Parts: sequence; C-alpha cells; structure tokens
Amino acid sequence: MAIFHRTLTVLAALAGLAAGGLALSGSALAGDGQPSPWQMGFQKAASPIMTQINDFHTYVTIIITFIALFVLLLMIYVMARFNEKRNPTPSRTSHNTALEVAWTVIPIFILVAIAIPSFRLLFAQYDFPKADITITATGNQWYWSYEYPDEGIKFDSIMVPDASLKEGQPRLLSVDNEVVVPVNKNVIVGLKSNDVIHDWAMPSFGVKLDAVPGRLQQTWFRAEREGIYYGQCSELCGRNHAFMPIAVRVVSEDEYDAWVAEHKSAAIDAEGKVASARE
Amino acid sequence: MAHSAQAEAAHHDDHPTFFRRWFFSTNHKDIGTMYLILALVAGVVGGLLSMAMRAELMQPGMQIFGNPEIFNAFVTAHGLIMVFFMVMPSTMGGFGNWMVPLMIGAPDMAFPRMNNISFWLLVMAFSLLVISLFMPGAPGATGVGAGWTIYAPLSTKGIPGISMDFAILALHLAGASSILGAINFITTIFNMRAPGMTLHKMPLFVWAVLVTAFLLLLSLPVLAGAITMLLTDRNFGTAFFDSAHGGDPLLWQHLFWFFGHPEVYILIIPGFGIVSQIVATFSKKPVFGYLGMAYAMVAIGVIGFVVWAHHMYAAGLSVNTQAYFVFATMVIAVPTGVKIFSWIATMWGGSLSFKTPMLWALGFIFLFTIGGVTGVVLSNAGVDRSFHDTYYVVAHFHYTMSIGAVFSIFAGWYYWAPKMWGYMYSEALGKLHFWLMFIGANLTFFPQHFLGLAGMPRRYADYPDAYAGWNMVSSVGAYVGFAGLLVFLFSIAYMFAKKQKAAANPWGVGATTLEWTVSSPPPFHTFETLPRIK
Repeated sequence: MAIFHRTLTVLAALAGLAAGGLALSGSALAGDGQPSPWQMGFQKAASPIMTQINDFHTYVTIIITFIALFVLLLMIYVMARFNEKRNPTPSRTSHNTALEVAWTVIPIFILVAIAIPSFRLLFAQYDFPKADITITATGNQWYWSYEYPDEGIKFDSIMVPDASLKEGQPRLLSVDNEVVVPVNKNVIVGLKSNDVIHDWAMPSFGVKLDAVPGRLQQTWFRAEREGIYYGQCSELCGRNHAFMPIAVRVVSEDEYDAWVAEHKSAAIDAEGKVASARE
Repeated sequence: MAHSAQAEAAHHDDHPTFFRRWFFSTNHKDIGTMYLILALVAGVVGGLLSMAMRAELMQPGMQIFGNPEIFNAFVTAHGLIMVFFMVMPSTMGGFGNWMVPLMIGAPDMAFPRMNNISFWLLVMAFSLLVISLFMPGAPGATGVGAGWTIYAPLSTKGIPGISMDFAILALHLAGASSILGAINFITTIFNMRAPGMTLHKMPLFVWAVLVTAFLLLLSLPVLAGAITMLLTDRNFGTAFFDSAHGGDPLLWQHLFWFFGHPEVYILIIPGFGIVSQIVATFSKKPVFGYLGMAYAMVAIGVIGFVVWAHHMYAAGLSVNTQAYFVFATMVIAVPTGVKIFSWIATMWGGSLSFKTPMLWALGFIFLFTIGGVTGVVLSNAGVDRSFHDTYYVVAHFHYTMSIGAVFSIFAGWYYWAPKMWGYMYSEALGKLHFWLMFIGANLTFFPQHFLGLAGMPRRYADYPDAYAGWNMVSSVGAYVGFAGLLVFLFSIAYMFAKKQKAAANPWGVGATTLEWTVSSPPPFHTFETLPRIK
C-alpha cells in the first residue's frame, strides 16, 4: 500500500513537471505569427478561439501525460518485480472482476471530463459573431485570391520566391499581397476553390478550413494584436502545395481605413474594365 | 503418438516440384511464407521511399527532389505500400495464413485454391502500384501525388496521367485479394476448428484475425465502389465527385474514410492478437481477462465503422456532425484501455523472461499507448482545428502504425520464426534490431509532435526555416531506424546460415497454443488427425 502511495506521488510530480515544461515551452519558445526554431508548443495565440484551443490542449495534455506515465510506471514495476529471477513461480490469476470494471469505468469518467470542455470549445468555434469585415479567399493551384466584397477590393496573393525575399521576410511564408484586417474586429472568411481542395489555415488564430470546389464555406476570427501572421495551405493540392502561404496583416482601424481607401480606387478602375468587358 | 502419426502422413505426402509448390501452392504454410516474402520486399521498398523523404526534409530547401510533385508521389507510394503491401500481407496474409489453421487445429484453410489466387492478386497489385510510380501523373511529373487518401478532385482533374489509373487498379486488385482472404479466414475459423475448440477457447490471435476479416469484408467493398466511381469520373465522363456537374468532392471523403477508418484497425488488430499471445507466453500466465480482451477487439471493430468523419473535421462538416464524431471517437478509448491494462495485468504476478519477441511486445504496449493518447487529443474537433493535416497527425498515426503495427509484426516474426523455419534466430541480433528500431522510431516521430504543434503542415516537400531543428532530429532518427532494418535483414540471413535447430516448443510452459504441439518446422500437412481440445 505504501509503495502504491509513493508511486502515485511520484506520478503526480512527473505529470506536473511534464505539463509545466510543455506550458513553459508553449510561451517561452512560441513564435508570434510564425514558428520559431526548436519550438515545442503552439504558436502564440492571437485570437480568443486560439487562446481557448491552447488552454484546452494544455488541460488534455496534462491528462494524457499522466496516463502515459502511469502505464510506463506500471510496466517498469511489472518488469522489475515479476521477472523470472525475482518471481520464478507465476501466479495463475486470470480474472478480477472489480479491477476489470474499474479500468472500464474510470476511463469513461476521464473521457467525460475531456468531452465537456471539448464540446464547449467546438461550439465556441462555430458561434459566428456579427461580421465587421467579410472577405472571401479562393484557392487556386497554387496561390490564394482574396476579395473584400463590401469594399470592392480584389487581389491575388502569391508567395515571394526565395530570390526576391527582402530583409526580415520569412522564406515560404511571405506573400506579395497580404490580407489586411483591422485589430479586434470580427472577420468572416468565406472559402471557395477554383480547382482542387485547398485549406486556409492560420495557426495563431486557431482557424483551419478546407476550400472545396463547388462549396462556399465560412470560418471567422478576431485578431487581438497588430502584426503579421502566417499560415500555409493545409490540404494536399498538388505540385506547389508547400508554396502557397497565407499572410494576414492585422493593423489599427485607421490604417485599415487608409488601406481600403487606397485599394478601393484601384479596384474601381479594375471593376470598370471588368464591367465594360461584361457588356 | 500424434507426432509419429504426422511423420507417417508426411511420408505419403505429395512432393511438388519447385514451380508447382510455389506458384500453384494450396498449402497455407507455403502461401503464408510467400506473403511474408512479399511483405518484406514491400517493406524495404516503402522504407527506402521514406528514407528519400526524410533525406529531403533533413534541411530546409529542396535537395533531393527536383520536382516537389515527385516528393508527393513518394509520400503517396510510401503510404499505399506500407498499408496494403507491408502491414496487411504480413499480419493477415503471413502470420494469419501460417498460424490460424495451426492454432485452431485445422489441416489447412477452407479454400486453399482461393488462398493461392488471393496471394497472386496481391503480387499483381503491388506490381501495378510500383509501375504507377514511373507512369505520367500530374503535368510534368510521374507517379500519383495525391496522398494515400487520393482526394478528389486532385485525383481526378489534378492528375490527368495514367499513373492514377494504375494506382486505382492496384487498389482494386489488392482489395479483391483481401476480400477473398477475409472470406477464407471467416469460413475457416467458423467451420474448421478442432473438436472442443469453442469460439471462447480460441487463442486471441485467432480472434484478432476473425475480427479483422469482418472489417475487411465490410469495408473493402466500399473502397472498391468508391475507386470505381473515381475511375469512371476520370475516364468515362461521370461526375460523382465533380461539383461543376452536380457531384460532390466530399462524397469521396465520406466513402474513402468509411473504408479508411476500419482500415487502420485492420492494420492494428492482428497486432493486438500477436502481442496477447506473446505477453502470455513470456509471462508464463494465461491472458488476463480473456473474454474482455476478445470482445474489446469486437467493440473496437464495431465502433470503428461509425467514427470515419473524425478525419474530416476541417472539411466543413456541420458543428453537430462534428460533435457526434467527437463523442463516438472518444468511446474507442475505452476498449483500447481495456486491452492495455489487461496486458499489464497478464504480466502482473507472472514470471517474465525478456526474449526478443517479448521486448517487441513491451515496446508495442508502451508506444501504442502514446499513439493512443494523442489519438484522444485528436478526437476533439476543437483542438483538431489546430492539428488537422499537421505533423502532429503524422506523429500520432506513426506511433500507432509505424511503431505499433510494425513492432507487433517484428514481435510475431521473432516469436514464430523458430516454428516456421525450424531455426532459432540470434538473440543478440534480435535485441540489437529492437533497440535500434525503438530509439530510431522515437527519435523520428516524437519530435514530429512539436512540429505539428508549431503548425508544420504534412505532405510538404519544403518547409519554413524555423522547422529545421526538429526535422533534422527526425531524419537522424529515421536513419537509425533504417539501420535497424538492415540488422533485421542480416539476422534473417544469419539465422538461415547458422541453422541452429529449434525445438517444437522453444518457449517453455507459457506457450500453450496448438502450433507449439507440432514439430518445428511443422510437416507439410498438419493435423490430418484432428487434435481434441479439453
């Protein structure tokens, strides 16, 4: 009994250590808006949903670390205590109803304890707020096209090739035209595809959704910090799957308005051309 | 007594010539051997493909592959080969064919000639798949670069070349082969058990093969239907998956994963059976909670059919659909937990000897636990939002399949090699093989959890520089694992060169199943007089 108690104490300490280490690595080494070298945790959350994902993940990771260590310690104990040198005569025990019921029922309780916050998180992700900005992202082989239907802005966003990278631009993540959104506003992203399935993913916002041909799907985010955030196509789409990144620049409302004004006039010119072409 | 009767029988045996014995074989042992050889060849091919991938990913930038589409073709071929031509042929085709008749006291499989065609179909399928690597695929590249999941419309419009059709026909043949094999196993196990061998007395490996056979029988026809639709979409103008003409790409995903999720249990359940036999043998104790163990596999098989869309959380399913699949998926953790704890309880109070097969089984239990608990994390749609299609998923399924299934296969190999060939393997080489693979596999796949957390997407030929560190570690791990594979190949050669005779039962009192009552290697025909089970 004493051994059992000691084992439990050690287990709890180890699980705490592992979880603490993980949480620490999550904050200390996390990149902001992009991954950083030797990172071991999520990228730093920049939206309320990603904060919730992060918290839920930490919680579940503590539980699974505890379970994995529990199994490991049981195995080490069994190997040390019941090897043929120390225990030459094996027992013939092959049933223990109480034990069997316990290891069926206790996992159910653990799963319920995971499921409750899990469903809360899932439903929060699909609790669409009222849109402040609406944008449409269209996947193409192999770049994204964006449209701001309310502002009449349209552009393609293509990866900056290695040779043209400017100082400070991360390789394979930087694009020529970034999506620009204001900070602390609800952005609804509509997703479409012109060819095969692509996936619009933004790790810092906790967003990932397939762009499926023939469907219009929606996701949303609310960026809480200004800065530039990078994501990458997350559904295999052919040759240049790794080379169609997503970049979102989060700016203050004033900067956003200025950006819209600047691009709107350009867009109107283009629109005029399109309209005349249609006629 | 029984032994001399068998020797007598062997004397009257037909002695087929080489060609008749190996090409027209109807003997479950010879067919099992051929399956194992096929699996070994496919395993080396699939392993070399993964070495090329890890070499490319060792550093950022493109070094090995000039064209990223060829990298995609390698990813696809690695997946398909390992699933259909390495794991399935070794667990079901190899050990299943060899051991199921021996373990239930049957003279052979129920349909010996069907057994033969089921093997040769798989050889044809493998040839087609390998040929597909060299056929035109996407514009400017060869091979199928669509991943083993061959999602439409990438697999219809994205890859116009004929390589995709080769791959589809390869899957058709492999599927037909497995369906025939499944029918054979089910018929054999239900009808040909020796007198007294009730279902509830069958060894757990036989239970595992039975459950797997049902999964194959119920899931593979769905794949066959789906890839037929893919074939007609590509070549005959249908539009099942073409949204422009009223089809739906998500239909493919539902059909594929309705097959695909049971498929992952098809890969691992025979491993559960192998590990159960080995743990009991080397603990010198009967399996703890036998009925719970058997029905846990049945439960995993049944629930495995109603959880498929947890592979599609990012596809845009409704939130309520996702919530259902979260719930259903989590349920699988319960029977899986029963198995893990029952293995530990089997060892509890036992008298453990750490021969090579037992090392692999112990490695399996712990590493499968790690793959299992990250599976619980991934079952939550909310957090899978971050993990879907990242290296976290790659790490998870390699812990269950690469480490899990492969460790169980090596466990089975070392456990039954003395029985199958009549020679003892080298303990030293077996243990060296184990430690290289154990260290290599962990070094390869554990850091991939970190890459996934940091956001690195899978199936990428090149990645942002920040991911370089853990990718380097992962590649080094892969090389260590491959060194383990070389040791394994050497140990096979060593075993056949050394010819150290194995006893009928080299494992002692713990080995209680029927295959240990016949000589090592068993005579060409076994159990011509049926054993009676008390």
